[in-house]
Amino acid sequence: MVALEVTNLVKTYGPLRAVNNISFTVRESEIFGLIGPNGAGKTTALRIISTLLKITSGTAQVFGFDVASQPKEIRKIISYLPEDAGAYRNLTGREYLKFIATFFKRRKNIDKIIKKGIEIADLKERINDKVETYSKGMARRLLIARALMIEPQLAILDEPTSGLDVINAQEIRGLIKQFAKSTEKDTAVLLSSHNMLEVEFLCDRIALINDGEIVETGRPAQLMKKYKANNIEEVFVKVVR
Amino acid sequence: MSLGNIVKKEVKELITPGIIISMLVMALIFVMMGQMIGGIEEGIRQKPVIGLIVNDNGELSDVAEKILYDNATIVYNGTDVDEGLDVIEEEGGLALLIIHSNFTSNIYNNKSGEIEIHWIMRGVGLADAISPTAVEWLIYLVNNSISEYIIDHNTTINSSVTLNPISRNETTIVKGIETKNLSPSQIGGMISAQTLMTPIIMMMVILMTGGMVLSSMGMEKENKTLETLLTLPISRGSIVAGKIIGSAVVGLVMAGIYMSGFVYYMNAIQGRSNINLEDYGLALGPLDYILVGISVFMAIMAGLALCMLLGTFVKNFKSAQTLTFPVTALAMIPMFITMFMDFDTSPMSIQVILFIIPFSHPMMAQRALIFDNYLLVLAGIVYSAIFAFITISIAVWIFKSDKLLVGRIKTDEKKKFGKLFR
Repeated sequence: MVALEVTNLVKTYGPLRAVNNISFTVRESEIFGLIGPNGAGKTTALRIISTLLKITSGTAQVFGFDVASQPKEIRKIISYLPEDAGAYRNLTGREYLKFIATFFKRRKNIDKIIKKGIEIADLKERINDKVETYSKGMARRLLIARALMIEPQLAILDEPTSGLDVINAQEIRGLIKQFAKSTEKDTAVLLSSHNMLEVEFLCDRIALINDGEIVETGRPAQLMKKYKANNIEEVFVKVVR
Repeated sequence: MSLGNIVKKEVKELITPGIIISMLVMALIFVMMGQMIGGIEEGIRQKPVIGLIVNDNGELSDVAEKILYDNATIVYNGTDVDEGLDVIEEEGGLALLIIHSNFTSNIYNNKSGEIEIHWIMRGVGLADAISPTAVEWLIYLVNNSISEYIIDHNTTINSSVTLNPISRNETTIVKGIETKNLSPSQIGGMISAQTLMTPIIMMMVILMTGGMVLSSMGMEKENKTLETLLTLPISRGSIVAGKIIGSAVVGLVMAGIYMSGFVYYMNAIQGRSNINLEDYGLALGPLDYILVGISVFMAIMAGLALCMLLGTFVKNFKSAQTLTFPVTALAMIPMFITMFMDFDTSPMSIQVILFIIPFSHPMMAQRALIFDNYLLVLAGIVYSAIFAFITISIAVWIFKSDKLLVGRIKTDEKKKFGKLFR
């Protein structure tokens, strides 16, 4: 089944065309990356799919639900992690996970969701400390746990490793990969990144986006081969030129 | 020069449009207050409008009558009290003075001559308590003139009566309620003492709870927790309602704590005073307290709804602080006005301003209910409810739109317009 189908999606802000007629598909069990430089339109595209922004034209469907007309249904099956997102600083890590889990209690046992969140976050006893005492890496682990613990059918992660050191970034990538491959039911991950090297490790397929337009789509290995490049960064430069 | 560079940067950061607007609003408040006080002073300088009934033919009542005619505008001079009061009411006068038939003879018999004063009190604001002082001054002049007359004519009246030949018997008709043996200043003082704290408490509660909502929105946007919240399976209306109700609960607890302190303060005042306004029917009953509570709740809801609406425009914690200024102004304007003026005696323009600011209503409710003005209080509650509903609806609409996250994108024409103010 197709997890996400985006067709001729356009988003304008007055005269500014942030997303310009993009189309792509994400399949179940797939990690799909929207790759491009800052300001390319990645976040706008992810915000539209997450039901945060209205579509100017085109369509986007998540597991058959239309983003424009069925946002409530979509919010039940997705999880969105914004870039540089924070958690409520006065709550402990455990309280924050409980707060989020409460919104999904109709779907699952709340204790089971929290247990899973604590497991993914792997913050040991620090899960009982207030979020304001966490390092950036710890906070990001908590937020990744928040996004994945509800076992969304589509996890939408905006720059999931942005601003993290090498060790933390690698751990987060491991968590995402583990989630995509190990959940009982079929799920998909849509992520954005401007770190073109990390997507080689993480993504099954990628779309290169520049100035609001998708300029190339494919498997990282295929694209490197097609453009005779050593890495995705080189592919991107060759495609854009 | 590096110091100058830092100073320039600080000034640029601190002087924001919000700060400028708040400074202008504060200046406007002071201008309004100045005009109000100026108007009152102007009123005092003019001759007071009174009515006069003289039932005495003696020479001392002639002295009194002459002084009164010289220093006041007499709009009624007859024999009928009710008729006199009607004329004074129509002419906007302050009091009806009655000099009884035994006025002169009593003084010559070493008793004080009684002047009966029927005060007409239209409002109970601090400003309303100033006008009767003009009549108090008249009585003082009459007292002095009769003393001088007695001394000049070498009469054998004892020194005590010579120095204070006049005694007063006062009745104040305050907004239709007759209170015997109470002067306007006594009534105004007692009612002001009872109602003065409410505007201050309301202002504090509105500012604190409103600040909480704005800060919460600022923090949500700065930490991007709002984006997460908006993608959870919960309606936008529930998010707005949850934030408002949460703050309203804190606001009501706050108001309750402040009010408890206020009740203690009131008991202390009542304990020291030998006047009990309850005896004159000038006190609140259980239904009145319920109405005041509803009025407070609706004003808090309206304030929080307004702050929630402003909060949708907040970009971060700092801009949230700036946006508290319009709320501060809206809370301070009615606080100052209701402390000084009574709604009933205010000019129409002030009445309109007071009515459209929802925070005014609980500030005025207590005073209005003392005089059974249920219409004003109920209208205020209904208006605040409508204001809150409309404001919340707009906030929910913004929550459902792109504006909440991306704000307004400036077009070229708007940018050109904006540059005019830079």
